[in-house]
Amino acid sequence: MMVKLLDTLQLPIVSRRSTFGMDEVLIAVEDWIKTFQVLHANGYSLLTDLCGAHFPESDAQYHVIAHVHNLQINHRIRLKTVARDNSNPQVPSLTGLYSGANWMERETFDFYGIQFIGHPNLTRILNSDDMTAYPMRKDFPLEDDTRDDKKDEAFGR
Amino acid sequence: MTHSDHLVTVNLGPTHPATHGILQNVIQLDGERIVSAVPTIGYIHRAFEKLAEHRPYYQITPITDRLNYCSSPINNIGWELTVEKLLNVQTSQRIDYMRVIIMELARIADHLICNSILGVDSGAFSGFLYLFQHRELIYEIYEEICGTRLTTNIGRIGGFERDFSDIARQKIQKFLDIFPPALKEFESLFNRNRIFMDRTIGVGAISAERALNYGFTGPNLRATGVDYDVRALTPYSSYSDFDFDIPIGESGDTYDRFMVRNEEMWQSLRIIDQALRRLPAGPYHVDVPEFYLPPKSDVYEYMEALIYHFKIVMGEIPVPVGDVYHSVEGANGELGFYLISDGGRTPFRLHFRRPCFVYYQAFPEMVIGSLLSDAVITMSSLNVIAGELDA
Repeated sequence: MMVKLLDTLQLPIVSRRSTFGMDEVLIAVEDWIKTFQVLHANGYSLLTDLCGAHFPESDAQYHVIAHVHNLQINHRIRLKTVARDNSNPQVPSLTGLYSGANWMERETFDFYGIQFIGHPNLTRILNSDDMTAYPMRKDFPLEDDTRDDKKDEAFGR
Repeated sequence: MTHSDHLVTVNLGPTHPATHGILQNVIQLDGERIVSAVPTIGYIHRAFEKLAEHRPYYQITPITDRLNYCSSPINNIGWELTVEKLLNVQTSQRIDYMRVIIMELARIADHLICNSILGVDSGAFSGFLYLFQHRELIYEIYEEICGTRLTTNIGRIGGFERDFSDIARQKIQKFLDIFPPALKEFESLFNRNRIFMDRTIGVGAISAERALNYGFTGPNLRATGVDYDVRALTPYSSYSDFDFDIPIGESGDTYDRFMVRNEEMWQSLRIIDQALRRLPAGPYHVDVPEFYLPPKSDVYEYMEALIYHFKIVMGEIPVPVGDVYHSVEGANGELGFYLISDGGRTPFRLHFRRPCFVYYQAFPEMVIGSLLSDAVITMSSLNVIAGELDA
């Protein structure tokens, strides 16, 4: 049934899979907005969540992951896209379709430095404004790196 | 004369008694009317998502305590359910029912704070005094079950660390006996109170369409008339076994949010009563020795328990690889956990879908054009919890 639902939407899918009971599709970054327009028009009106992820070992390191929910038929889809340029990752903003995307994208920008093109106010939200790093990137250390008494190896990490 | 000449800027927060947490609103006033409101958040950001990438799974439960600290057990159990989904662990009915009892108690504690503080913010202090002592009873139940009160760290991956004691059952029963009259008294003070109704009806209203567009969930969405409840739509932890109604409002204003939360407390009492009466016998934790820490006495006596204890603590047990999203109906809405596992001892990525964070961004839209004092009760009725807002 789930596969059929996705087929009827005719999304511009690059690849898809189903993990732990949820449909997951990979969308090219150019088709990101178009995909959500189709979803929004088909009842997927609740943008549950949007966040980023950093995969330092893959070619394109910055991913954006969104969850949408159709409340009428209770169907969720997870959508992923990959930003092309690692030095300046860019993904189109969903704020035109979902007002709720505003802070979610600001949070993603704040922690991963992913630029959301078309966002009305892409500024830091949880970290202080004068911060220069993007702290959720994998190369950003958890501990203050000027200290050597708290090296990760000492804790078995 | 330009419009901005006579505007007054007011800082509501970060440490203002009306914000009930460390968050700031820079509000511009034209006389008494709000022209713009800019929320500034992040004052208690504690980098939980970063921290979680460096903690083994069982050590993340205490981190989740600090999200919505008014209903920590829901966060704890939500996280445990997420990991159980990743590990494909099926819990017994007894565990599910115990969890349901605790989660519904937490929901009552949360709604009770929200509604009684809404009274305080609108100038009616007495309701707060009547209800607040009953939160103490809930905290005593937590204390009996897990040893702590506010940041509970309740349960474990795979169940509970100990069974409900007789005292715990007595305390829950006592709460079920004592709380309904108090709630009734509270309702009789507020529900048809002319002053309270004038103060809240039509204040901070949002339409169902806008609320959905903003990603509202939970009581705030239901107050607008959308009957979305994770417990009913995607039942987890045997919620489908229980009989309960989903109260909805109509206009999405402060009064409707208040009424929805009040009714949800009654429904939670119904669920707890059913779960307690039908609490099945059985084990209070699942037999997954690879993930459930053995009792300490066993670790000292049995080789196998010692090995598992060591392996769990040192993170030597592989977990499945994949992406998991699991959500529970938190006190404020859909509390989601998005977990990317790479098979290691810590999550590769863990994102908390915090309902507060998502719906608080609608605050400016809800208060622009209203009075400053309306902004205070709107914020109060949204139940913005700084811990959940900032993660």
